[in-house]
Amino acid sequence: MSGKPKLHYFNGRGRMETIRWLLAAAGVEFEECFVEAKDDLVKLQKGGSLLFQQVPMVEIDGMKMVQSRAIANYIAAKYNLYGKDLKERALIDMYVEGMTDLNELIMGHTFQPAEKKEQHFATIVDRATNRYFPVYEKVLKDHGQDFLVGNRFSRADVQLLETILAAEECKPDILAKFPLLQSFKARTSNIPTIKKFLQPGSQRKPPLQEKDVKRVMEIFH
Amino acid sequence: MAGKPKLHYTNGRGKMESIRWLLAAAGVEFEEEFIEKKEDLEKIRNDGSLLFQQVPMVEIDGMKMVQTRAILSYIAGKYNLYGKDLKERAWIDMYVEGTTDLMGMIMILPLQPADTKAKHLALIIERATTRYFPVYEKALKDHGHDYLVGNKLSWADIHLLEAILMAEECKADILSAFPLLQAFKGRISNVPTIKKFLQPGSKRKPQPDEKYIANVRKIFNV
Repeated sequence: MSGKPKLHYFNGRGRMETIRWLLAAAGVEFEECFVEAKDDLVKLQKGGSLLFQQVPMVEIDGMKMVQSRAIANYIAAKYNLYGKDLKERALIDMYVEGMTDLNELIMGHTFQPAEKKEQHFATIVDRATNRYFPVYEKVLKDHGQDFLVGNRFSRADVQLLETILAAEECKPDILAKFPLLQSFKARTSNIPTIKKFLQPGSQRKPPLQEKDVKRVMEIFH
Repeated sequence: MAGKPKLHYTNGRGKMESIRWLLAAAGVEFEEEFIEKKEDLEKIRNDGSLLFQQVPMVEIDGMKMVQTRAILSYIAGKYNLYGKDLKERAWIDMYVEGTTDLMGMIMILPLQPADTKAKHLALIIERATTRYFPVYEKALKDHGHDYLVGNKLSWADIHLLEAILMAEECKADILSAFPLLQAFKGRISNVPTIKKFLQPGSKRKPQPDEKYIANVRKIFNV
């Protein structure tokens, strides 16, 4: 019909990575058009492609969608990763918003000024191990099922795996006290579409390096 | 069991205000339990009511819902304010995320240090008039309907009205270049449930004052 979804963003994780994960998990092939310099962003803005002059933008089903949450919601619903009814969607939304908060905290680390980095790192570890991971560990413990919601694979599972891996990049043993999350991680990583996405050569992006911060700031500020 | 939804938050706008607006617009009566001091927050943290130790929290339909967006999406879905299909939902989501970004900027204005307040206010006005309001003005112009999406009242319209009123509190004539938004404001304000919410004595909260901000800083350690 409309071909593959086309993602417009810089060549890094940022606010597009969760969308890449969701599409990959749903087995949907996509193309990417990278914003590499400010001129690329200006071109998109002047061309009227960006509703609020911002990326992420995803061309999908005849729409130029913006706002990462709107895009993720659309993909999740389209590919049946959003629960079976309003109440399951409510649970998925609550869990996913928590993961988004933690993921944003982790992503913000590279942008911290040198003198704040250590404290920021401590906050990440504290929040992950005292506020967020205990919640998901308890959810899995209480129902004893393989997936977070409705005994069925959903976007909540995809995003939890994404967040776990990002947290482990900060502190490799961050799941030490969470045995159910450890087995969740292994199990979910083995889902064929996800396993493929985790292999080298996929469209998954590496974490932002210090040396790239300046370049990224120049594009967006 | 069913009862009225019960909102847990401070006695002020913050992140709960959009939820109050949506419930009111849907004609749903609700109760409020106010966090007035740090001990009140500690209490609901310690009794396990807050999934991520944060408010807003809304008791609704047997759930203790947290996370503003999750709560809003649930209410919108439940009361048929979320469009008729996936594509309408996509547009509502995009529009609501835009007004969320704008209102988020306005919400943190009182928390800015004195020396950057003026600059922040200028940025709010610039974004409102060059990034956000032109989008909604154009949406209304292009389809000529009374409502943003699907020719029917939705969450997007209610959220936009809330954003317009908040922006006008920053600059009274902020809609001067947007005739369709002016008409939209008049029209949506007259929807009976919304008209009621806009009257004195409703659960709509006033703009934060110095005293409220000081208390919020104490309760939330910000």
